[in-house]
Amino acid sequence: MLGKLTWDAIPWDQPIPLVAGATVIFLMLAVIAWVVLKGYLPYLWREWITSVDHKRIGVMYTLLGLVMLVRGFVDAIMMRSQQALAYQAPGYLPPEHYNQIFSAHGTIMIFFGAMPFMIGLMNFVVPLQLGVRDVAFPTLNSTSFWLTATGALLVNISLVVGEFARTGWLPYPPLSELAYSPGVGVDYYVWALQISGVGTLMSGINLVTTILKMRAPGMSYLRMPIYCWTALASNLLIVAAFPILTATLAMLTLDRYLGFHFFTNTAGGNMMMFVNLIWAWGHPEVYILVLPAFGIFSEVISTFSRKPLFGYRSMVMATMFICIVSFTVWLHHFFTMGAGGDVNAAFGIATSIIAVGTGVKVYNWMFTMYGGRIQFTTPMLWSIGFIVTFVIGGMTGVLLAVPPADFQLHNSLFLVAHFHNVIIGGVVFAAFAGLTYWFPKAFGFRLHEGWGKAAFWFSLAGFYLTFMPLYVVGLLGMTRRLQHYDLAQWRPWVLLAGLGVVVTCFGVACQIIQLVVSIRERVELRDEMGDPWNGRSLEWATTSPPPAFNFAVLPDVRGEEPYWEIKRRAIETQQLAAEPEYEAIEMPRNSPTGFITAFFSTLTGFALIWHIWWLVGVGLVAAYCVFVWFAWRDQEEYEIPAEEVAASDRARRRAREAWLRANARVGEPA
Amino acid sequence: MDLERGIIIMRLTAIGTALRRHAALVRAMSIAAVIALPLAGCGGVMDPQGPIGEANRTILLNALGIMLVIVVPTILATLAFAWWFREGNTRARYLPTWAYSGRIELIVWSIPVLVILFLGGLIWIGSHELDPARPLSSSKKPLEVQVVSLDWKWLFIYPDQNIASVNELVIPAGTPVHFSLTSASVMNVFFVPQLGSMIYTMNGMVTQLWLQADGPGEFPGLSAQFSGDGFADMGFTVHAVPQQGFEDWLSKVRNAGPHLDPQSYEKLAVQSSVAKPFTYGAVEPALFHAVASQQLPPGPGPVAGRGGVNVHNRSE
Repeated sequence: MLGKLTWDAIPWDQPIPLVAGATVIFLMLAVIAWVVLKGYLPYLWREWITSVDHKRIGVMYTLLGLVMLVRGFVDAIMMRSQQALAYQAPGYLPPEHYNQIFSAHGTIMIFFGAMPFMIGLMNFVVPLQLGVRDVAFPTLNSTSFWLTATGALLVNISLVVGEFARTGWLPYPPLSELAYSPGVGVDYYVWALQISGVGTLMSGINLVTTILKMRAPGMSYLRMPIYCWTALASNLLIVAAFPILTATLAMLTLDRYLGFHFFTNTAGGNMMMFVNLIWAWGHPEVYILVLPAFGIFSEVISTFSRKPLFGYRSMVMATMFICIVSFTVWLHHFFTMGAGGDVNAAFGIATSIIAVGTGVKVYNWMFTMYGGRIQFTTPMLWSIGFIVTFVIGGMTGVLLAVPPADFQLHNSLFLVAHFHNVIIGGVVFAAFAGLTYWFPKAFGFRLHEGWGKAAFWFSLAGFYLTFMPLYVVGLLGMTRRLQHYDLAQWRPWVLLAGLGVVVTCFGVACQIIQLVVSIRERVELRDEMGDPWNGRSLEWATTSPPPAFNFAVLPDVRGEEPYWEIKRRAIETQQLAAEPEYEAIEMPRNSPTGFITAFFSTLTGFALIWHIWWLVGVGLVAAYCVFVWFAWRDQEEYEIPAEEVAASDRARRRAREAWLRANARVGEPA
Repeated sequence: MDLERGIIIMRLTAIGTALRRHAALVRAMSIAAVIALPLAGCGGVMDPQGPIGEANRTILLNALGIMLVIVVPTILATLAFAWWFREGNTRARYLPTWAYSGRIELIVWSIPVLVILFLGGLIWIGSHELDPARPLSSSKKPLEVQVVSLDWKWLFIYPDQNIASVNELVIPAGTPVHFSLTSASVMNVFFVPQLGSMIYTMNGMVTQLWLQADGPGEFPGLSAQFSGDGFADMGFTVHAVPQQGFEDWLSKVRNAGPHLDPQSYEKLAVQSSVAKPFTYGAVEPALFHAVASQQLPPGPGPVAGRGGVNVHNRSE
């Protein structure tokens, strides 16, 4: 009846996961109880859970990313503290627990922290920047999000029911094969990633279609904001790379469930094929994350330098260059597998060539600042911190691309320091820069600057204090994933890295305080005009938060910086453009399809992990029925009457006129 | 000092010397050296004790030097631009529409391209010269060692001497060592930081690695690929000893300890950690090939349950 699931699946003898799990369950129940008792449930269902509005879905993605970043950070605290204690000692986490923690840390941070955060920001911003009303397939968008949430949920269930993978964040066979990992850990990994991977792939298709087919009138490719370009590159990579991940995990699943031999030791299996395939996805994945990050920095640096982006076409070229070359470098993740001089050299050179594209971007950001009037707001601080940090991370990356150097640094803590250097310095800094930058657009009030800056400085200091020692200890020969160690010369550096995590904790605390303080002071931080930063692209042309239909009338784009143009014209002529004729707007109806599909996918995933075959059948059939039911819907859209559109837009125009009068002779934008 | 080593170091330092003619590079190289120096003498890859490790380090420092020439000015310029063009600085010129300059674009693309051209040469030469499978030539006959990574210990078979050791590798200093490596179960990576390059071990396959210790010493070794619950216990020690010391060790080992045959190998292959290194006084011929060709089946993996590491307390 319940397959392999018994009471023993719950780790009654291990207090840490038990207490942690109980706390999380208690908190979730408390939140649900609060929502129900306060009567917010219908609101939540109507406005969020079943919403197909790209802005709402973007916010939910971002929220999921934030929560999972905290979860992954807790894992990081445990890993660093374990290593700090485990010098010639067993520490407090036994290997079977410690190994789950670093596997979960990597999996959660990449798939459920960084990915949802980046996809969330793209979801929210891209249609606004393109000047359109929604993404190409709104209901699919909602389904993508809820499937990602399913994956995150499954990984977190593994904390208390059964175990998570003990194989590292990429489950290399044969360790991940049934013979060496007979538990359900790898199954949790595989199904969580398969289900959320479907969501990511659909989200990629959705955004690519949106960018290619749904731009505002006049917005040619070379008038798209740079963030849309990076989003396009990133989503093209998703569409090209995620099927590889799906196929690779499917093969591993066949090995584990049906006795196939794709990657086993015996019967003709080849473990190196897994390593090749997983990195053929894994390396583009790095750029899926970091390209939109580059886009965010480009927007932020240009806005707060009060200048257009320097070398826009160069930036576009560099972006697409990276997009293509990123598919030709995967072998550098295993130079030490004995491929031989020619192969290693070819992939080493290909890898360092990527640095050309990145280098061009760094210089263009520098020259964007040149001749600017730079305001050191929180997003700008994150951006400058990023350039400095990322240049160092890029340098150590190219160092690792030199095969003879990699022969000594592969899998060492030097490598760990390197990829945290680029992912924290690149993606996480971008996530917070983007969050602070677009938060007022999403919620109508700015985030508190003081707490934001405090968060930046603590995070920056914490990052350097944690990872610079790891570079050193990697040079001293320390490899990653050690549950304990005996060499005295490693110890001071490991302890220093532990101290760095403490400093980073303050950064995380500041972020949380910033959110709380900002919500409490939302009246003072209100953004009346929809353009708190004196922005240049179309998302600032509408109100904060934007109406469901984004723009009362689709903007007519005549240049690379359409909103800057609009503002310039308004100042020159001392009046707003003539009021347009408002028409009724059709918007897609809400749909619970995504949520219900994800609910049954969760059941199916859980049942597959525990071999509860009847439930697998029920879940699959039910999820399919939801699709059929959705396909047979009678009404797709609802109409927003012209009067409502007009009322909303006239309120916006009044705010703009007040601003125009107040800034009558300022002469900006120039 | 053997010929091979001299050639490798020479070719690599030639690149470095050519670059040092330029003042900026000299500065960058010295920064690289300043970064690296405090680590010398602490063990690890900055304190190499053999030709491969030394050549690897030379490449690492040269590559680092080349990049620092670009990276340090870039970081400084970024901070300088950001500070000078701050909003409050009335002396800074505001260029609100300046967004293109063909000349700067040209420089912006050519700087990274030039750096990568340099590095590309370094990568091409280095990858070939330091390919782990490339033999170290020497006047001395190389020592053959067959390595098997097991769950969770290292087996070192000396086929010509017909002995074997676990978690302890004794080699004569100044003699090239040719390693043939395989795995009894999951992937591992054989790595002795102070001797140089690492290499994967995989079941059903044999990889090749050449290393050499220049002088006597004790060098820690480890697995650099996570391999399960006992992974952290996969440390081993390399004892590089003078030729006579090596002979003494051989004769001591030959006269003691059990025989390594398929039966005792099967016991060794069970998942466990080894508390103390031990040796085998005799080895069944072709045992390594039996492991690599899977005539001896791959290690059995965990018996059942949640796992954990059994410590294998052999005192032989």
